[in-house]
Amino acid sequence: MERAYEKYFRQNRLPHMWCPGCGNGTAMKAIVQAIEKKGLTQDNTVIVSGIGCSSRASGYMDFDTLHTAHGRAIPFATGIKLANPDLNVVVITGDGDCTAIGGNHFIHGARRNVDLTVVLFNNNIYGMTGGQASPMTPLHKKATTAPYGSVDRPFDACDLAQAAGATYVARSTAFHEKHLIDMIAEGFDNKGFSLIEAVVQCPTAFGRKNKMGSPADMMKWMRDTAVMTAAWEKLDEEKREGKFPIGVLYKGNSLDYSSAYQQVIEIAEGVKA
Amino acid sequence: MKKARLMQGNEACAEGALAAGVRFFGGYPITPSTEIAESMAQLLPAVGGKFIQMEDEIASMGAILGASLAGQKVLTATSGPGFSLMQELVGYAAAAEIPAVIVNVQRVGPSTGQPTSPSQGDVMQARWGTHGDHPMIALSPWTVREAFDASVMAVNYAERFRTPVILLMDEIVGHLREKVVLPEDHEIEIYPRRVPKETRAEGYEPYRADADLVPNVADFGTGYHIHVTGLVHDETGFPSGSPEVTGNVIERLHKKLEIAQDEITHYEEFFMDDAEYAVVAFGGTARTAYEAVCTAREKGLKIGMVRLMTIWPFADKVIKNLAEKVQGILVPELNYGQLVGEVQRAAGGRCSVELLAKYNTKIFTPQEIVVAIEKLCAGGKA
Repeated sequence: MERAYEKYFRQNRLPHMWCPGCGNGTAMKAIVQAIEKKGLTQDNTVIVSGIGCSSRASGYMDFDTLHTAHGRAIPFATGIKLANPDLNVVVITGDGDCTAIGGNHFIHGARRNVDLTVVLFNNNIYGMTGGQASPMTPLHKKATTAPYGSVDRPFDACDLAQAAGATYVARSTAFHEKHLIDMIAEGFDNKGFSLIEAVVQCPTAFGRKNKMGSPADMMKWMRDTAVMTAAWEKLDEEKREGKFPIGVLYKGNSLDYSSAYQQVIEIAEGVKA
Repeated sequence: MKKARLMQGNEACAEGALAAGVRFFGGYPITPSTEIAESMAQLLPAVGGKFIQMEDEIASMGAILGASLAGQKVLTATSGPGFSLMQELVGYAAAAEIPAVIVNVQRVGPSTGQPTSPSQGDVMQARWGTHGDHPMIALSPWTVREAFDASVMAVNYAERFRTPVILLMDEIVGHLREKVVLPEDHEIEIYPRRVPKETRAEGYEPYRADADLVPNVADFGTGYHIHVTGLVHDETGFPSGSPEVTGNVIERLHKKLEIAQDEITHYEEFFMDDAEYAVVAFGGTARTAYEAVCTAREKGLKIGMVRLMTIWPFADKVIKNLAEKVQGILVPELNYGQLVGEVQRAAGGRCSVELLAKYNTKIFTPQEIVVAIEKLCAGGKA
């Protein structure tokens, strides 16, 4: 039976290369279901990704797709959006790609409020290179480059995006699939820089190193530790320990970059005339 | 009547890019190239184009490559330290065959070096700065007017060959002000963006080469649903681990320039009819060399000059023919000795090739080159 969202995939490029039990497929599917929900067309939507496990998603998706260099998805996407503001530009990135090597591009993309929808697949680890610590590996969790537990304090990518000027910030998980679709779809509605952090399980590298059990166990961990924002607001500080909020975390209202630059064009053309 | 203007090399470069159809600039400030960014910030929005100041030179390259894929002709400009940062995505542009022009107004290096004294020390970086085997075009103008022409040419070559093109300026030409008369729009030949010749239904593949070995990659947003990657890819655009595909792609990337090399090779000859010795120079140094050659001629020396505008691919045939004609070649350059190695290789022992190197922030005086010419003509070392 063909499902409606299948048309958004390049069937001849599947099956994907992700490990059994990986959460990336769930997040990728959520993106196309959000695209379907909002009626974005395949001809008018560009998927831009960086390097890493998450960023292989672009090759499976039937749009104009761009698999850039490590960390550089947001600059490429910025160029695409500014060159042709009619295109919907979706960025798929990972925690290492987006917040380590691409960290500067991430904060400046948010600062400019470029109209991009950035979906950050957060698996807390460098999966493709075999499980090294990323800037989003939680404190004291193990990785091949942190065999005694990570002492690097992690980023909260959502806080970072909000502080840098993003106008839509949300988080969900691979367990909360329908919610994740809604969070991404709402990101498409925002004309400006949108970040959706999708917490995904990496059973092969992160889960195994940290004895988190099977992929299903890792998803149960998401179920038990993610708290909807409404409930999160009511939680005491001590009850928040070990948990994290999901839902829409921030909404702002600023002019997006392409619209702002259009005003520059109008002024410059006026000066010329 | 055409209007003469007093113009700086960097301004002429910006005007040339605009005339060639560039409508997108992404860049980061760095002396001595900043006037190009400043000119583009002023000029682009007035013609509906876009200028963006990025957070660094890596991002600048990313932005222009994205804009190029979305259908715009694109430019960035920098100097040594920024050029080093750009190398990552210069390689991406070469591999994914994305048209883009990168201006490098050279200054003294390595590292922060001597900001911002003149140098020609990035000859080899322009060719080999990014990793792996890749083709490269680099053009080096010697006058303000030629900065305009070279800029037009660089944009046209980027589009025609779908490859990054380096406009290898130097501080001398970049900051020089000269009287120039620019061509009218109708006098400027423009190479348009290549477009697919087939539909998807007809089996279009974005990286299948045309007869000139260059693929007609569809712009984003035109309904082709193409995939672009920096991984080695086959004609479909999707990654391939095949040794055969890898070999074929790397060969085609080189061949697409090799078969057009005679057209890409631009140079000028002076006093070569009866010359027994020659100076080979480029960029700002060629200006000094020209005056030195004129002075040496007045002294009765049979010296000629070849001025290379195309630095890469290197003008092998031109230098081979020159080496067959003359007894010695002098290569003055503002570095420790870079282009001279190429001249020696191309000359292949047919005549002596001598280096006159200078790398202390000062440009050559004509007299220094005259002295070196006198030694060369006397059969001695420079």
